[in-house]
Amino acid sequence: MTYPPSSEDVSGAVPQGAGRLAVGETLTAGGDAPSDLQNPVGAAVLASSVRGKKRKSSQLDGDRGFVSEQDWRRPSVNATMKTLHVILLVLLVVVGVGPMLLLAKFAITPTQDIIRTPLAIFPNGVRWANLTEAWNDVEISKYFLNTIWLALGSWFMQLLVATTGGFVLSVLRPKWAKIVNGLVIATLFVPSVVLLVPLYLTILDPPVLGTSLINNFFAVWLPAGASAFNVVLVARFFDSLPREVFEAAKVDGAGPFRLFWSVVLPMSKPILGVVSVFAFIASWKDFLWPMLVLKDPSKQPLSVRLPAIAAQTDLGVFLAALAISTLIPVLLFLVFQRLFLSGAGLGGAVKG
Amino acid sequence: MSAASALPRSGDRSDDVVAVRADGPPPVRRVRRNPVTWVRRGGLSTLVFALPVLVVFGVFSWWPIVRSVVMSFQKTNLVAPATWVGWDNFQYVLTDPDLPTAIRNTLYFALLALVIGFPIPLVAAVLMSSVKRLKGLYSVLAYLPVVVPPVVAVLLWKFFYDGSADGVFNTILGWVGLGPYAWLSSPTLAMPSLVVEATWAAAGGTVIIYLAALIGVPGELYDAAEVDGAGIWRKVWHVTMPQLRGVLFITFILQIIGTVQVFLEPYLFTGGGPANATLTILLMIYNYAFGRSLGGDYGAATALSVMLAAFLAILSLIYFKLTSSWSKS
Repeated sequence: MTYPPSSEDVSGAVPQGAGRLAVGETLTAGGDAPSDLQNPVGAAVLASSVRGKKRKSSQLDGDRGFVSEQDWRRPSVNATMKTLHVILLVLLVVVGVGPMLLLAKFAITPTQDIIRTPLAIFPNGVRWANLTEAWNDVEISKYFLNTIWLALGSWFMQLLVATTGGFVLSVLRPKWAKIVNGLVIATLFVPSVVLLVPLYLTILDPPVLGTSLINNFFAVWLPAGASAFNVVLVARFFDSLPREVFEAAKVDGAGPFRLFWSVVLPMSKPILGVVSVFAFIASWKDFLWPMLVLKDPSKQPLSVRLPAIAAQTDLGVFLAALAISTLIPVLLFLVFQRLFLSGAGLGGAVKG
Repeated sequence: MSAASALPRSGDRSDDVVAVRADGPPPVRRVRRNPVTWVRRGGLSTLVFALPVLVVFGVFSWWPIVRSVVMSFQKTNLVAPATWVGWDNFQYVLTDPDLPTAIRNTLYFALLALVIGFPIPLVAAVLMSSVKRLKGLYSVLAYLPVVVPPVVAVLLWKFFYDGSADGVFNTILGWVGLGPYAWLSSPTLAMPSLVVEATWAAAGGTVIIYLAALIGVPGELYDAAEVDGAGIWRKVWHVTMPQLRGVLFITFILQIIGTVQVFLEPYLFTGGGPANATLTILLMIYNYAFGRSLGGDYGAATALSVMLAAFLAILSLIYFKLTSSWSKS
């Protein structure tokens, strides 16, 4: 890194910054309760991140839960708690993973067995053909590619708008930044239902272009960029970067573009990772909007196509298609689980 | 803030000085309006950076928000120019015989979601916070359903809810001599079935919020409670729960805001049936605007969504008032 962060605070948060603390500190750095409570989503994140921070400091003093060491030493308490924990674990496995395991089993079970004995384990053997038929004959491969393509475009738009917007609002700070900031935050209050119809009409007849964007991937990509949560999250992160570094860069003759590309972005990898993963997953989950604007079946993503093919597809093959559609988000979650479980993307989760 | 605003300004001043020297002695204000100095001071590049936000939010967020309010007072069929119709759309929606059903169903969904979905994550999170080993495993298992694409989850559960005796849930309940139940095709069971699936899909996120909050409960409070002779149960009830008050309220409001906007489950599970038993407000909005038989009534759709948004705004306001009064005290 060309400009190592000097302030102790930030050097802790930024370079090694595994999502958790970096995001937590950024959000708390933004100000006191009143300004942060302006939006419900932000507040939820704030609440959890504030507490997350507290943990860090109090861990040194020996943090503890409601069961004390003395409690644990009492045999009755120890036995009760351990039993409860085991019961909870079993329930979590059955409820959380059970449906997924069943789906995985169905994906390679002959249809007749699925219908007659859904819970029996391969009474008449395994049928791998479900997966290949789903991938090739039902053309899941095509919709899979559409889904990935839509997710990548939405990811790019969200990152573009959030980073450039955050740069203007947090680093360049022109006089009118406050107005833009207010307008962006205001959209957090507006439920997405309100946007549905007018946004659809905007896509039907977009300004300037003069041609409808229906059946065009841009109809999904462009509105995805208008995520106030991302802009606020990134701007808050930029706020936490040390100003001296920007000043030093300017003294060295860096213009705003250089400052953005070579200084601010490299220092912001943790938050860019958070935004990226959640943008990708949210796009993968999206259903209603792509259904409205992508009417051509060959352009539709999995989420839109799956309900449509449910009726005329062989059950075993259909369930195999469902299993294939689940794979990528689950893998992303398992790889980036710290990001998800730290609460950094709660707003995204709530909104999605 | 102060340090930051000082930064660009220090640069500006030297520019101004140069400009003033070059142009002679006009008042500083006139110099500032000069486009050349504006560009040199970074005005143009700032605008370039602001362009994505301004265009994307302008076209796909701000303008549609304004337009939805405008459209709720208009009649439009996309061919002829829109005409102003005053409160007609609102009147039409409010006298729609389906509206009371939709409101009742939506509130029923929200209520059931609270009854089923509010205690489960709380109990799970409190218990999970006392786990010593494999804590991460517990969180991963709890959160897993949240990452399953909602459409896949609904379609999978639709298969689980199969009404025949060989359906997945009916098979399991059959082991203990219950059922078979009709689930989604039963007017009384349809809504609870949707809520159970929705709870399964969302509870993991709430668990993670509670876990973060539980970690923040100061250990000294537990120490103090023990000095006073409190057992585990009383520590949970008199220390943990009061400490979670704020977060509980946040999730409560967020859950109501979310459940009032429920669409995916009724749309994919039942399409609003049987006999309108799962028709929700969002489904009505969708049907007004895009439904097959009706459809195209954008005025009614926006009128209903504006009313719903107003209701949600009031909720947010209550939430904001309460949380800010708490943070003051």
